[in-house]
Amino acid sequence: MNNINSLFSKKLKVLNLGTKNFKDDLEIQGQDVLQLDWSPAAGGDIKLLNIIDRLSSQKDIAVANREAVDRMISSHPILVDIDQAKNAIPGMDENTILHSGPPIEWNRMAGPMKGAIIGALLYEGMAKDEKEAEEIAKSRKIKFAPCNEHNAVGPMAGIISPSMPVHVIYNKTYGNYGYCTINEGLGKVLRYGAFDKEVINRLKWIEEEFAPTVKKALKTIDGGIDIKSIISQAVHMGDECHNRNKASTSLFFREIAVHIMDTDVDMDVKRRVLEFIKGNEHYFLNLSMPACKVATDAAHGIKHSTVVTTMARNGVDFGIRISGLGKDEWFTGPANMIKGLMFPGFKEEDANPDIGDSAITETMGIGGFAMGGSPAIVQFVGGTVEDAIGYSEKMHEITVSENPNYSIPTLDFRGSAVGIDIIKVIEKGILPIINTGMAHKVAGIGQVGAGLVNPPMECFEKALKRFNDEYLEGQDE
Amino acid sequence: MKNTIIRKNAYYDSVTLMSLSSKILDMEGVEEAVISMATDMNKQLLQNVGLATDDSNNAGSNDLIIAIQASNENSYEEALALVDELLSPKSKKKEKGKFQNPKTIDKAVEYMEDANLAVISVPGQYAAREAKKALEKNLHVMLFSDNVSLEDEKMLKEIGKEKGLLVMGPDCGTACINNVGLCFANEVRKGRIGIVGASGTGLQEVMVQIHRLGGGISQAIGTGGRDLSKEIGGIMMMEGLRALDKDENTEVIVLISKPPEISVEEKILEEIKTVKKPVVVCFIDGKEDDRQNSKAYFVYGLYDAARKAVELTGEYESALHEKEKSSPVDVKELKKLLKPEQKYFRGLFCGGTLCSEALSVLRDSFESVRSNVAKNKSEKIGNINDYSGNVLLDLGEDEFTFGKPHPMIEPTLRVERIIRESKDENVGVILMDFELGYGSHDDPVGVTTDSIKKAKEIARKAGRNLIFVAYICGTELDKQVYEKQKEMLEEEGVIVAKSNLEAANIVKEILS
Repeated sequence: MNNINSLFSKKLKVLNLGTKNFKDDLEIQGQDVLQLDWSPAAGGDIKLLNIIDRLSSQKDIAVANREAVDRMISSHPILVDIDQAKNAIPGMDENTILHSGPPIEWNRMAGPMKGAIIGALLYEGMAKDEKEAEEIAKSRKIKFAPCNEHNAVGPMAGIISPSMPVHVIYNKTYGNYGYCTINEGLGKVLRYGAFDKEVINRLKWIEEEFAPTVKKALKTIDGGIDIKSIISQAVHMGDECHNRNKASTSLFFREIAVHIMDTDVDMDVKRRVLEFIKGNEHYFLNLSMPACKVATDAAHGIKHSTVVTTMARNGVDFGIRISGLGKDEWFTGPANMIKGLMFPGFKEEDANPDIGDSAITETMGIGGFAMGGSPAIVQFVGGTVEDAIGYSEKMHEITVSENPNYSIPTLDFRGSAVGIDIIKVIEKGILPIINTGMAHKVAGIGQVGAGLVNPPMECFEKALKRFNDEYLEGQDE
Repeated sequence: MKNTIIRKNAYYDSVTLMSLSSKILDMEGVEEAVISMATDMNKQLLQNVGLATDDSNNAGSNDLIIAIQASNENSYEEALALVDELLSPKSKKKEKGKFQNPKTIDKAVEYMEDANLAVISVPGQYAAREAKKALEKNLHVMLFSDNVSLEDEKMLKEIGKEKGLLVMGPDCGTACINNVGLCFANEVRKGRIGIVGASGTGLQEVMVQIHRLGGGISQAIGTGGRDLSKEIGGIMMMEGLRALDKDENTEVIVLISKPPEISVEEKILEEIKTVKKPVVVCFIDGKEDDRQNSKAYFVYGLYDAARKAVELTGEYESALHEKEKSSPVDVKELKKLLKPEQKYFRGLFCGGTLCSEALSVLRDSFESVRSNVAKNKSEKIGNINDYSGNVLLDLGEDEFTFGKPHPMIEPTLRVERIIRESKDENVGVILMDFELGYGSHDDPVGVTTDSIKKAKEIARKAGRNLIFVAYICGTELDKQVYEKQKEMLEEEGVIVAKSNLEAANIVKEILS
């Protein structure tokens, strides 16, 4: 019996795409109908749809994407060292300053980023005051480059200057390294563009007292501190390791404390170092970010892969990079405004557009992607626990796989969605969700709120077209 | 049989693993099972139960240990398979949170795992893509959307044929599968007549007439209007025919279509020879030439198709005579109402095939009848806004509906035309159809009666009468309540026929 005849003997189970009238009339007849919340794939762009249809039939892509995501999942980030950027980061020299997001020149930079660069030049002693710093920044003496092009990541302005100490993360599985500065805490801090004396003094203290102590402590730990394991546990404790790092910072504190005590430095110094970690509940953000970075870097460069390996913003542009395309090839669109809750005293127009490399966490499937397991953050960004769970669920529609290492308790320990596939993003019209802080658009004021934001669809459209040109142009349709 | 497997860098939380271990231990033939992360404590535990190996001793706390001891190899393999199944992320999928309607077919079939039919009415340029996705998911397809290319239609139907799936459409307005009306369909009796139709309202009319004559429907499969074109080659009609031939609830098969392309017709007629059941072939408005086919009964109108099919089921003959008695219309009296110059009729149709049927009835009795559904050039109406004489208009054609809903959904489209025709001193009769059933407007007569009143008033003021003849394509089971619709028309003095054919015949008698 063929399928048509077998349909005749079954109860109809109907999916209805399009006018709801047909669904209503089927329900009047007592039928099971599921109405789709349909909208045209790829936003109705026929050209993109044709590309998607061509790419969807490519077996190479599925295999490559599987490979890219396997590499992300099996990556194993370990904190092995703290060292100054100029010593640790490849390609970093005395005249290089790294920033967040895709490439950008000084005159287009957002307020907080400009402020942070001024701060960095003051901190490095390259300028004596704000005016001189601006002059230097404008001159071509300083090379600006994205952190992401140097195996590094930075939250908010993401400024890394040569003397700044960075966490050195080693990917035990693939042997690559990643870097990120030390989180300075909240309020007036460099990453939000503040550069007054207090900020510079704190950076100096980090360089001169904090980093050497932690470096010594790390030396005493055989094999370093397992960041992957901390993230796994923290996700079970209500962190999503982007906007909430309470549990992970505590776990990190637990790991490092004894080793700090074991160092030969003054008790007062030990106390200040531990006090600093304890007092900053976002300390771990600057570990979770490079941990994600080493995993996504390990997944970059897989031919035929449409998996996103970077999402980063510089406060003006949002940029993504794709595994199967060039190492430093960015696809950009204007950074969006963040929607969420403002801190008391601030208005929406005070906020800068989306900024920072912290979306590397979402690229790796935590942050906004794991928000369903982080009920405490939900209030902070405005929304309900149900919404958050919904977001985490939805991200599975645009990803290649699930990461069993980072499983979400509220979703019955389902692995978080990992491996954003540009084909799926375009086809389904679902954008990655990013759970992030809002910077004041004026340098140095700090965080003004937190909320949710999406990348612009434009990044994905450009990437898809480029991918099509790279791999399918010239092939028979 | 005992074995210990280490999976590097595969972290699972302890609660998951503990519950997993207990499930494995509960399996028949399993004597010992430790599924845990290789922490020092767990490695010790492994030692204690005698499942430790060199590998497990060297494993790290991020490595997963799967150690199972079973009474035989079979039980071991079963246990291992269950471990994999329970650890696989997909098996943990459970929808939580607010229910959101799925956006895609892929997602929808996760929600409704036993889905078997997709009804698609999205804009044409996207419709083929969705239909293809549905077919890939082994769903039958009702494709209501139009503006789908012939190439796409062919591609979809070939996939459907290959997989044994229905592809009803594109541009398929009506079907009735398992006595469930899809899109535009009337509620009719369940019975033993199976239909495959390449015409929406044609299919509706045959179903309604079968019902009225006491018969019933087993299945009514729509194919979309182009199925019998040369390009498509009747793929779905053939598939439908074969399925109905095999269907034990179907005794008589009816095929409905406009006259097909000749090579396709030959193919279909050839196929009919292999069919065991009687087949009624209705080529609407077709030429009655000598088609030779021992199996098929050829008819050329919708009513005839219905009557032949009911006759062939053999059970309803006595009822037939009763029900076929014509409605008592006193044509002589009606003729007296019209002035000599009121020589012409105007047909204002919502159902395209009903308009074609009226044309085939009326063209023989009048010198000239013109219509926008006419195939032949001399009958084709030039300008739908400037005409005289006998005219039949299908208001569902694109020229009327551009940017508006189809008149079966929104019959008010016709109101303006009714007023317009009433102002033409040469018009004697206005012929209309009303479609009931699923998909159609909730009160098609109700939204029209005012304009009938007004039209009559306009005519009366100009010193003449205007005769309205109507047909309601519907049954007493339809949601709009047939009797009430009929009463409303009769209150306005409208003559209500029992079939589209009868309505056309009444017009013919009045004006010829």
